[in-house]
Amino acid sequence: MSTATMTQKRSFGAALWDYLTTVDHKKIGHLYLAGGAFFFLLGGLEALIIRIQLMFPNSDFISAGLFNEMLTMHGTTMIFLAAMPILLGLMNAAMPLQIGARDVAFPFLNALGFWLFLFGGLLLNLSWFLGGAPDAGWTSYASLAMYSSGHGVDFYVAGLQIAGAGTLMGGINFIATIVTMRAPGMTYMRMPLFTWATFITSVLILFAFPALTINMFLLMFDRMFDAAFFNVDLGGNTIIWQHLFWIFGHPEVYILILPLFGLFSDIFATFSKKRLFGYTAMVFATMLIAFLGFMVWAHHMFTVGMGPVANSIFAVATMAIAVPTGIKIFNWLATMWGGSITINSAMLWSLGFIPSFTIGGMTGVMLGSSVADYQYHDTYFVVGHFHYVIVGGTVFGIFAALHYWWPKMFGRILREGLGKITFVLFFIGFHLTFFVQHFLGLMGMPRRINTFLPGQMLDTGNLISTIGAFFMTAAILVFVYNIIVSARDEQAPADPWDGRTLEWAISSPPPYYNFEQLPLVRGLDPLWVEKREGNGKMLPGEPLDDVHMPNGSILPFLMSFGFFVAGLGFIYQTDSKLWFLALYGGMAFALGCMVVRSLKDDHGYYIKKEELQKALDREAK
Amino acid sequence: MSYDESLFPEKLPHNPEKATLEGRNKFMGLWFFLGGETVLFASLFGTYLALKDSVHTGPTSEELFGLPLVFLMTVMLLTSSLTSVYAMYHMRNNDFKKMQLWLGITGLLGIGFLICEVYEFAHYITDYGFTFRSSSFGSAFYTLVGFHGGHVTFGIVWLITLMLRNAKRGLNLYNAPKFNTFSLYWHFIDVIWVFVFTVVYLMGKVG
Repeated sequence: MSTATMTQKRSFGAALWDYLTTVDHKKIGHLYLAGGAFFFLLGGLEALIIRIQLMFPNSDFISAGLFNEMLTMHGTTMIFLAAMPILLGLMNAAMPLQIGARDVAFPFLNALGFWLFLFGGLLLNLSWFLGGAPDAGWTSYASLAMYSSGHGVDFYVAGLQIAGAGTLMGGINFIATIVTMRAPGMTYMRMPLFTWATFITSVLILFAFPALTINMFLLMFDRMFDAAFFNVDLGGNTIIWQHLFWIFGHPEVYILILPLFGLFSDIFATFSKKRLFGYTAMVFATMLIAFLGFMVWAHHMFTVGMGPVANSIFAVATMAIAVPTGIKIFNWLATMWGGSITINSAMLWSLGFIPSFTIGGMTGVMLGSSVADYQYHDTYFVVGHFHYVIVGGTVFGIFAALHYWWPKMFGRILREGLGKITFVLFFIGFHLTFFVQHFLGLMGMPRRINTFLPGQMLDTGNLISTIGAFFMTAAILVFVYNIIVSARDEQAPADPWDGRTLEWAISSPPPYYNFEQLPLVRGLDPLWVEKREGNGKMLPGEPLDDVHMPNGSILPFLMSFGFFVAGLGFIYQTDSKLWFLALYGGMAFALGCMVVRSLKDDHGYYIKKEELQKALDREAK
Repeated sequence: MSYDESLFPEKLPHNPEKATLEGRNKFMGLWFFLGGETVLFASLFGTYLALKDSVHTGPTSEELFGLPLVFLMTVMLLTSSLTSVYAMYHMRNNDFKKMQLWLGITGLLGIGFLICEVYEFAHYITDYGFTFRSSSFGSAFYTLVGFHGGHVTFGIVWLITLMLRNAKRGLNLYNAPKFNTFSLYWHFIDVIWVFVFTVVYLMGKVG
C-alpha cells in the first residue's frame, strides 16, 4: 500500500527522472511500449496518407517525391521503430516473470538498448524537418540509394545503425537471461512458449543484425566517405547490398512473427483451459522456422539473375518453411479442440490471427515458387502478402498481447466491450485493405507507384483498399480511448485470466523485485500445477534472504545522446568540416560515458529480508 | 554506493570469474556477443571476396602484399593470445602481480601489431597510391582489415583501462569476470586474424 501512496505523491519531475534512469525490466518494458506506440501512430499516419493518395486515379494529394518518402518511412518506421520495440517491450515485461527471475542479466544494457532505439528513431524522423526523409524504399537498394539526392538516405543509415545496435544488445541480454537466470526447477522444456520464442527470436537478432550493421557501414562509407563498394565505375557491385540486406531482412520477418507465435500458444492454452497441444513439437517447430529463416534470403532476389540452380534451391527451402508453420497452426487448433474456451478480446485477436496468417502463408508459398515469382515480383501481390503476415500476424499478436498482459504491466484490465469493437473494426478494415491488393497486383499494379490511370481495372480495388484503411484507423482510435478510460478502473487482480504461467503468480503490477523468494517450478505451466496439485500458490524455491538489485543510472541515456549527436555529425560532415566537431564530440562524449561506467564500481544494493518478510505478511493477509 | 562484502572474500575461490551470478552472466553474454561478431566479420569477408579482384586501375593484391611483415604481425598477435592465457592461469591461482605482468605483455604485443598495421597501410597509400577510395578492392580491403584493427585498438584501450583501474586493489569477485571477458574477446580477435591472414594475404598472394 505504501508504494501506491508514494506513487501518487511523487512529482512529475521525480517520475521522469525515475524513467530516465531506470534499469528495471518492467519500466523499460513500459518505455519500449510507449516509444513503439508513438512510432506506430506515426507509421500509421504515413500509411493513411499513402492510401489517400491512391484512393482515386490521377490523384495529386501529395507529390511523387513526397510519396516516395512516405512509403520509405512507413516501411522503415513500422518494422524498426514500431513492431520491434513493441515486441522487445513485451519480452521485457513478460519473459523475466515467466522464468521466475528478478530482472534480466544485464539491466544496464537493457536501458542502453532502449535509449539507443529511441534516439535512433528520433534521428531518422528528424529528416522530415531537415530537408527531406529517405526515399529509396525501406530496403534502400544501393543502386537507388546511391543516387538519392539530399541527406535522406544518410539519416536512414545513421538512424538505423544506432537503433540496430540497441536491438542487438536486447537480443544478447535476453539469451543470457534465459540461460542463466531461470528459477529453480524451470528446465528448458518447462519454459512457456513465449519465453521459448523470446529465446529463439533473440538468437535470430544476434545472428541477423550484424549483417545489417555491416551493410549500413558500406552504404555510409560510399555515400559519406567516397568509398567504392557500390560504385560500378570503380569495380563495385550493388548486388552485395541486396544479399547482405536480405541475409538480415529475412530473419527479421521471423523476428517479427516468432514472439507472437509463442504468445498465441500461451493465450490458446490459457483460454482453452488446456495444456498446449504438442508442446515439444511447438518448440522444435519454432527452432526449425528460425533455422530455415537463415536459408531463404535469396527468395527476395529471384529476378536478380542468380540462375536456375540457385533459384530452385531457395524456392525449395522457402516452401519447406510451410511445414513447421503448419505444425504450429494445427497444434493451436488441437489445443482448442475439446477445451473450455473463453472468448474475450485477447482470444478474439488470436482467433482472427489463424485464418489471416494462413492466407499470408499460402501467398508466401506462391511467391516462393521462383518461376511464378517473375510475375508477382514488385507488384501489389507482394504488398498484399507481407501485410497479411505482418499485420495479420504481428499486429494481431501485439493487440492480443496488450489485452492479455495489460493488467500485469499496468494493473488495469482493458474494457472488453471496447476491445471487441476494436477487433471487429480492425479485422474488417484489415481484410478490406489488403485482400484486394493481391488482385491489384495480379492485374499489373506495381508496388511503390504513386498514382495510376483510370480505366485499367485498378479503380475499384484501390478505393476499397483505402476505405479499409479508414476502418483500421477507427479501430486504433477506439483502442486509444480504451486505454484512457480503463486507466480509471480499479486495480486488477493478480490472476485475472486464471493463468497457467509464473507471471500470474505475483501481483499486478508486480513489486519492483518481482519475487520475494524465487518460485519452485514443479512442471510445465507451473502455476496451473500448483492450482491442481497444491494450494494455488507457488512454493518458495529458496530461503528468504537479502535480494541483490542493480542501481539505476543516467549513463545509458547520455551515451545514446552522444551517439545521436555523432550521427548528425556523420550526416552533415559532407557539407561542412565544422560538423566533424559534432562527430568527434558526440563520439568522445559517448565513449567518455563508457569509461565512467567502467571506472566507477557499481555493486548494486540489497533489499533487506525483513522488508521482504513484511511484504510476504501483507500478501498472506 | 554500498560496499558489498561478499565480493571481497578473504580467499578467492578457484574460478573467481564464475563465482557470482554477475560473473556467469558476463561470461555467457560475451560468448553470445562474439557469436554476433562472427556474422559481422563473415559479412565483411563476403564483401571482400566479392570485390577483391575489382582493382580498377590500381595495384592488385599480388603486387601489394608482402608476406614477411604479415608473418611478423601474425606471430605477435598469436603470441599475445598465448600470453593472455598465462594471465588467466595466474588469475585462477589468485596471483595478481603475475596476471598483470602477462596482461602487460599481451598489451605490448597488441600495440606492436598495430604499429605494423599502421606502417603497412601508410606504405600502401604513399608508395602505391592504393587507398580507401581508389578502387572497390581498396574499399573492401581497408574496411575488412581496418575493422579488425579497430577491434584490436578497442581491446588495447579496454585492457589498459582494466589494468590501471585495478592496479592498486588486486583481484576480487567483482573484477575477475572483467579480466576474463577481456581475455575471451582477445582470443576472438586473434581467431579473426587467422582468417584475415588466410583469406586476404595468403589467397591474395597465391590464390
